[in-house]
Amino acid sequence: MAGVFEEVPGGGAAVVLDEVEIAILRSLAVQLLELVGPGDQPAAGEDPLAALFAEGPSEAPADPALARLFPDGYGDPQADPEDAHEREVRANSAEFRRFTENDLRDRKREDALAVVRSLDSLATAGERGAVLKLADDECKRWLGTLNDLRLTIGTRLEVTDEDENGELYRLPDSDPRKPMVMAYLWLGALQESLVETLMP
Amino acid sequence: MGQVSTAPAEIERPESAEETSAVPEPDVPWVTLVHNDPVNLMSYVAYVFQTYFGYSKDKAHKLMLDVHHKGRAVVSSGSREEMERDVQAMHGYGLWATLTQDRG
Repeated sequence: MAGVFEEVPGGGAAVVLDEVEIAILRSLAVQLLELVGPGDQPAAGEDPLAALFAEGPSEAPADPALARLFPDGYGDPQADPEDAHEREVRANSAEFRRFTENDLRDRKREDALAVVRSLDSLATAGERGAVLKLADDECKRWLGTLNDLRLTIGTRLEVTDEDENGELYRLPDSDPRKPMVMAYLWLGALQESLVETLMP
Repeated sequence: MGQVSTAPAEIERPESAEETSAVPEPDVPWVTLVHNDPVNLMSYVAYVFQTYFGYSKDKAHKLMLDVHHKGRAVVSSGSREEMERDVQAMHGYGLWATLTQDRG
């Protein structure tokens, strides 16, 4: 698990991935798609325009990972919860969510689908793996999905600031969280290297 | 993609209704806050500030450090509509952001 993204002269980025890495990335992207949920396709016979103008939910998702992917839009988490404006803030958040969450879900879904497609287009040459080349727009989609995956896994692992070089990263091999932590760190290295190639 | 809005606020809510329900505090600006979270990479957060807001490398880096050390930073200010747009964009990048009225 050593491959990191490198800048491609003339634009874009590239990384060498072996078969196992490709399989892991694909599996994670598909799981992200399942978590984010299917698109709001109009049912048979339904007016497609109705779906286009459908409002999103007003309540934050109950799942902590989804709640992190789709946070509230209003408020100050450091404010006093007894604040007189709290009701107004909640109403504003609900309204904001109704008009933005569906778009955000679409975007996350399209990013993850683009990741799956680019992985599926790779022809691996035996154990040597394959070179994944991403154009500029694909880089942005990969960046989005790598970040969404890290947010999701980080939430599941309950990563905190205090964990830096802490307990989570020194788990014994027998710990059931170990594979997830390895994936989390690897995704972090991939994302870090991809950001590096995109820095203006 | 992201540019295609499916939220025709103007159609859903006639302007008159909007105006009567809004709290009339036109002189108080709104701000976009980005909050610290333990997952987002520092380099990524700085990249977002440079890319989306067009901030210089130094300013983006300083704001990122503010988020990291102080728990949050004001990354933009303006009208409520502008701040909603910024918060929506930050959520698109996976950053934890909210807008709030800067009551001092």
